[in-house]
Amino acid sequence: MTAGPRLGRLIGTGAAGLVAAALLVPLAAVAWRAEGWSGLRASDWAALRFTLWQAALSAALSVLLAVPVARALARRQFPGRGAVVLLLGAPFILPVIVAVLGLVAVFGRSGIANVALGWVGVEPVSIYGWQGVITAHVFFNVPLATRLILQGWLGIPGERLRLAASLGFSSGDTLRLLEWPMLRAVLPGILLVIFLICTTSFAVALALGGGPRATTVELAIYQAFRFDFDLSRAALLGALQLAVGAVAALLTLRLALPSGFGAGLDRAVPRWDSAGLALRVQDAVAIALACAFLLIPVVLVLSDGALHVTGLPAAVWAAAARSLAIALAAAILTTGFAFAISLAAVAPRGGWIEGAGALAVAASPLVLGTGLYILLLPVANPVRLALPVTVFVNVVLSLPFALRALIPAMRDLQADYGRISASLGLSGLPWLRLVALPRLRRPAGFAAGLAAALAAGDLGVIALFASPDQATLPLVLYQLMGAYRMEEAKAAALLLVALSLGLFWIFERGSRDA
Amino acid sequence: MTPTTIAAAGNAPAPATVTGSLLAALATGLALTGTAAAGEPLTIYAPDYFASEWGPGPAIEAAFEASCGCEIAFVTGDVLPRLRLEGDATPADVVIGLNTDDAEAARQTGLFAPSGVDTSDLTMPIAWTDETFVPFNWGHTAFVYDTTQVTDVPASFEDLVDNHPDLRIAVQDPRTSVSGLAMALWIHKVFGDGAEEAWAKLAPRIVTVTKGWSESYGMFTQGEVDMVLSYTTSPAYHIIAEGDATKKAAIFPEGHYVMVETAGRIASTDQPEEAQAFMDFILTEAFQSIIPEGNWSLPAKLDPALMPEGFAKLDMPETALIYTSAEAEALRDTVVAEFEAGLR
Repeated sequence: MTAGPRLGRLIGTGAAGLVAAALLVPLAAVAWRAEGWSGLRASDWAALRFTLWQAALSAALSVLLAVPVARALARRQFPGRGAVVLLLGAPFILPVIVAVLGLVAVFGRSGIANVALGWVGVEPVSIYGWQGVITAHVFFNVPLATRLILQGWLGIPGERLRLAASLGFSSGDTLRLLEWPMLRAVLPGILLVIFLICTTSFAVALALGGGPRATTVELAIYQAFRFDFDLSRAALLGALQLAVGAVAALLTLRLALPSGFGAGLDRAVPRWDSAGLALRVQDAVAIALACAFLLIPVVLVLSDGALHVTGLPAAVWAAAARSLAIALAAAILTTGFAFAISLAAVAPRGGWIEGAGALAVAASPLVLGTGLYILLLPVANPVRLALPVTVFVNVVLSLPFALRALIPAMRDLQADYGRISASLGLSGLPWLRLVALPRLRRPAGFAAGLAAALAAGDLGVIALFASPDQATLPLVLYQLMGAYRMEEAKAAALLLVALSLGLFWIFERGSRDA
Repeated sequence: MTPTTIAAAGNAPAPATVTGSLLAALATGLALTGTAAAGEPLTIYAPDYFASEWGPGPAIEAAFEASCGCEIAFVTGDVLPRLRLEGDATPADVVIGLNTDDAEAARQTGLFAPSGVDTSDLTMPIAWTDETFVPFNWGHTAFVYDTTQVTDVPASFEDLVDNHPDLRIAVQDPRTSVSGLAMALWIHKVFGDGAEEAWAKLAPRIVTVTKGWSESYGMFTQGEVDMVLSYTTSPAYHIIAEGDATKKAAIFPEGHYVMVETAGRIASTDQPEEAQAFMDFILTEAFQSIIPEGNWSLPAKLDPALMPEGFAKLDMPETALIYTSAEAEALRDTVVAEFEAGLR
């Protein structure tokens, strides 16, 4: 192994340790602050059961639906493809309340899907109940899964596809020998991350779950914290959530195998194997259905706001500027850390690092925020630190997504270029500049874009900490709704989506042109 | 944006490590707390909606600062858990926005001092005896509907529970929302031992239970539900701000549960005079006249002649129902259990 990555690995191990500490110390702080221990209730176990099965089903469905879409996007070139790929990401960054209203506009009682079903004489479908919770989670996460799987597809070296074509591979052969090994490498990690996102779901599960049957662990935490002020129970539930996440991480990450394609020269190659009409129709249908499912709700809810964007008061624009600053800071920090952590994670015995990195998404935002508040209180006024704390929490919570993009790429980099870098004695900055950055800029740009978009749309911690002059765009959106101003709230949502997608686009674009 | 927030935001991205950024953030925070000490503003904890640009906070802040020549700073968030976390170390001087159903838990923190405010001449339908918390606004919980969609309006709570099988209703969760808790208390007050059964009869028509008021109300304005759990004053927004008279509250003769929001003074405040001045300001006309169109609710003490015109068009119940804060606190687990069992 070379000396260059060694320093990076050291930083990465330190950063992963810090992430682990960022998850555990606030939890411990909440537990420490608790007065007496109360244990869990019967209803908490029911909440855990519901949380687990809906998260497992949501993750499986999201990935299942994303594979054909990602495959279609990977092997087709068509005008506007870039825009489609970008816009398909929109649901993932939509504030929960906006997404719920969008889904209701499509699948609700008077939604367009039920109106259409009514024309053909079919009974209306109900979006309320467990099916609504799953629909919403799939709506949120298909975009993420699609993008991450697409990264995997684009990572298959063009030479292999060229060879496949000269050997006369059918589409099925390509799937078995090239695409399946790639999926085997990336899918377990993606399944894990989506499963974990869905375990911390709360507002979605309530709004579409239709009542107390759809109680999740995060709701139990909220209840313990808000109404009972039972911090011991909140901490126990938070720990339970992390433990579930850790078990899930152990199970899924063992399934991941390196794809082992070897290095290529990064040339785009037409897919001779999929030129047949049937396959073209199949891909067109996959893309069209994904666009319909993901974009119609977004368009319906945001178009209400389009007319009001120019009339938004200055406070909303100031909040947008604040969100932009948070997003940029989070993007830079997240990408830097993710780079170092993935370097450490692909080294021998780096498995725990990958696990710790993935686990951040299983942390209860409420416990994390409360814990940080307790920790900061003796040393400083937490309210004044609202924005830095928001950046910090967002970095921690975005890392799992960034790592999903970077770790597989870093693994391939080490497998393909580790030996030659070592034999040439490439290390330190030259290694970074000549080997790592050119190979990793695409996943790194993706990670930065994702972190920026997530941070811009985050509501979690700022709602616990803020003073009125620190409001971010998502918080202002909720304030507008709370003041009956639904149209302006939707305009703010439009602004938020434009901001998030814009950041995403710039980072990704920049990384491609670099 | 104030210079404070620019400094706080701008410091975060520079350092290369998380520890670095946290340390820098801490340093910034310490520096800022240090400089702030000179002419320290009165710190008022308030719910987010209250202090936002679109709530009553900014106008109240301006009116108070003009009257006393001092400065106030709102700190927003969920005030009760924050107070309980901070305990004696709380930097708050005054807390505003605690409703009666939350007030008992707040009282039990032992952080509050007697208000010293005369609450004898209130324009509220209920007697006020609490000497710690001063009410500043109130409203009846009610089901709001659209007259163009619902023609067969339930004539009473019992009528709503027993009949009207086609109505689709959105409510808030009593475990996460103050208005949801108010509804659970309302049902308990009206139906007593039959509360769980009442929930069960409503269950098929309760389309969804949301975390907060905004989600429910958004579904209502979008036409997804016929009725939404809200307030008798909600139609005033549509009448006054939108010129739309089609939104109405269904009035039930059994009476409507009343939510009263209050304010209290922190005993350990380092600015007792300013804090008391703010408490005394609450029931003045300057403060109270901001409430109707600032909070779309009813002021605790205001000459009816001074109410905005649109409010006269609202349907109002004759009977107001409420539990004292101690009763509400004692009943909370019971009514939440009724909700959970009834909707299961």
